[in-house]
Amino acid sequence: MTSTYHINENGFYGAFGGAYIPELLYANVEILRLNYKRIIHSDEFQQVFRQLLKDYVGRPSPLYYAERLSKHYNARVFLKREDLNHTGAHKINNTIGQILMAQRLGKTRIIAETGAGQHGVATATVCALMGLPCVVYMGAVDIERQAPNVERMRLLGAEVRAVHSGSKTLKDATNEAIRDWISHPEDTHYIIGSVVGPHPYPDMVALFQSVISEEIKSQLEEQAGKVHPDYVVACVGGGSNAAGAFYHFMDVPQVKLIAAEAAGKGIDSGHTAATVAIGAPGIIHGSKTLLMQDKDGQITEPYSISAGLDYPGIGPLHAHLAQTGRAMVIPVTDTEALEAGYELCCMEGIIPALESAHALACLKKLELNPDDTIVVNLSGRGDKDLETYINNLPHGK
Amino acid sequence: MENRIDKLFKRKERDILSVYYTAGFPKRDDTLPLARALETSGVDMLELGMPFSDPLADGPVIQQSSEIAIRNGMCIEVLFQQLSALRQLVTIPVVLMGYYNPVLQYGVKAFAERASALGVDGVIIPDLPLDEYEANYRHLFETLNLRMIFLITPQTSEDRIRKIAQLSGGFIYAVSSASVTGSSGSVVSEREVYLKRLASMDLKKPVLVGFGIRTREDRLGVRPYAAGVIVGTAYIKAISEGDTNEQTYSFIQNLQV
Ligand SMILES: Cc1ncc(COP(=O)(O)O)c(C=O)c1O
Repeated sequence: MTSTYHINENGFYGAFGGAYIPELLYANVEILRLNYKRIIHSDEFQQVFRQLLKDYVGRPSPLYYAERLSKHYNARVFLKREDLNHTGAHKINNTIGQILMAQRLGKTRIIAETGAGQHGVATATVCALMGLPCVVYMGAVDIERQAPNVERMRLLGAEVRAVHSGSKTLKDATNEAIRDWISHPEDTHYIIGSVVGPHPYPDMVALFQSVISEEIKSQLEEQAGKVHPDYVVACVGGGSNAAGAFYHFMDVPQVKLIAAEAAGKGIDSGHTAATVAIGAPGIIHGSKTLLMQDKDGQITEPYSISAGLDYPGIGPLHAHLAQTGRAMVIPVTDTEALEAGYELCCMEGIIPALESAHALACLKKLELNPDDTIVVNLSGRGDKDLETYINNLPHGK
Repeated sequence: MENRIDKLFKRKERDILSVYYTAGFPKRDDTLPLARALETSGVDMLELGMPFSDPLADGPVIQQSSEIAIRNGMCIEVLFQQLSALRQLVTIPVVLMGYYNPVLQYGVKAFAERASALGVDGVIIPDLPLDEYEANYRHLFETLNLRMIFLITPQTSEDRIRKIAQLSGGFIYAVSSASVTGSSGSVVSEREVYLKRLASMDLKKPVLVGFGIRTREDRLGVRPYAAGVIVGTAYIKAISEGDTNEQTYSFIQNLQV
């Protein structure tokens, strides 16, 4: 298949991607680069991966026709229920894949970074499953605001290390995980939680998450008599749930791809994580992509109410999709996300993760026709965000 | 004019002492006075760190010095302004070291031309891929008589070491152990095995050993196998407290072999 949207043989999506890493990381990344495709596409790997996704994660996740929401927005709205996966988000699709990868590369120790804690929990979970030691780096700010997930990781046997550098959020946790990897080049695999980092991570993580759009296609065919929706909507932190939801539709032009990025208090407020709106090309965490930076090339501190979207970059795939116009990127503020979250609670009886609420908020912003079919990727559930939801309830509720 | 790095290695084959420090630390305008003090103390070469917000290969000490330098207002433009007096004050070779993103935003070509014009001799950009250098910048740097220096580590394969040795300008920067800067350093016996292996490869380029080098004993340990050492974190720690000039003199004094 020749397409402009998948990765090329040099690890680039158009102008974005690559592996901009210090020599200290080269050997680690090179082992992955040379082996990931062969391992993933082997029958043995696929068999084990698929079995675990089915029996352990609970896939396929339902594609749910949201009737009241559909009526409200006067269109056919489906929710892809990644929130119903084991551990409560899409993150586990990737961690299952990567732990199997780590085992096949002979690695015996796992590290990860986490923002919302969902990826940390998903990593701690698969480490428990496989009996491997697990260290999760997490910004001190995120440890505060996602406390339940910290407890979950610890219960699962992971060591959670607080990161106090920089903005004390996801970017800094990622730096610290990379430094750990530099210091443990032989035995350790780094399970990155999104489609970010040096090649081959963006492609590898996208492949593991692509099960989302694979299922959407067959489920939609069964339920709506068509394979291709008119819209697929997903939130973008680093972009893994979006990559998974878009994957099998990227080369189908009639499917509109909508990426919701976190505008925080507004894209011009100085408190935002809307990378596409205000970022510029540069290098972050080993990848050439769009990122938020000042005129001197220093990476600036992002802000979002949602810890999982509080990241100053996006995966190179999404930089490419945005720059080519293939995906439409919509900034969603904290307030808009909260409103969309409350709406789903009351209208469908589902408490979405704050990250996913950003995707839901796009429904209001699109000009939909009654016969439009729209799939919103509900990337995770909101248990971890209860406190934020409750503290921000509009008065009188 | 002959590149000062090349000249140094011609003149001196052992015991070279190169010192890394972060430009703009502890105070914004300390960059040149410290360069002076280091030269006067007997240092052979300087590596000026251009601070970056997210220094992936650095430990807490250099991270903090970078954070403070950025807060002090240090950036490439300010550094270049400071360096306009460099060659009136300092004769030893100077290498600029920093991560790729700030250089990319400045413009690689503009950066290299300006650095060269100011009397800078070499550049280290640890996250610039070899291929990208070869394809896009090698010609530029060579034309400007600027050396682009690459790193190797104990994990770098023999083939790759040879490729880097061929591409690296002036010298090869051998990281002594798998670690970020400022870690407690390698087990001495492991470092020796690694350096012996490098020495036996007959690389035709001098090797300087960095990361985890702190003491006179470290210098002596490296002496049989490499042209010298690079000291960074230990020096930055030393100038973090007290009078920077005095600290510089006594720190370098204690390192003399
Ligand atoms: C539920 C949920 N959705 C989305 C994200 C954002 O990550 P990504 O953009 O990689 O899907 C996170 C990250 O923690 C998350 O927990």
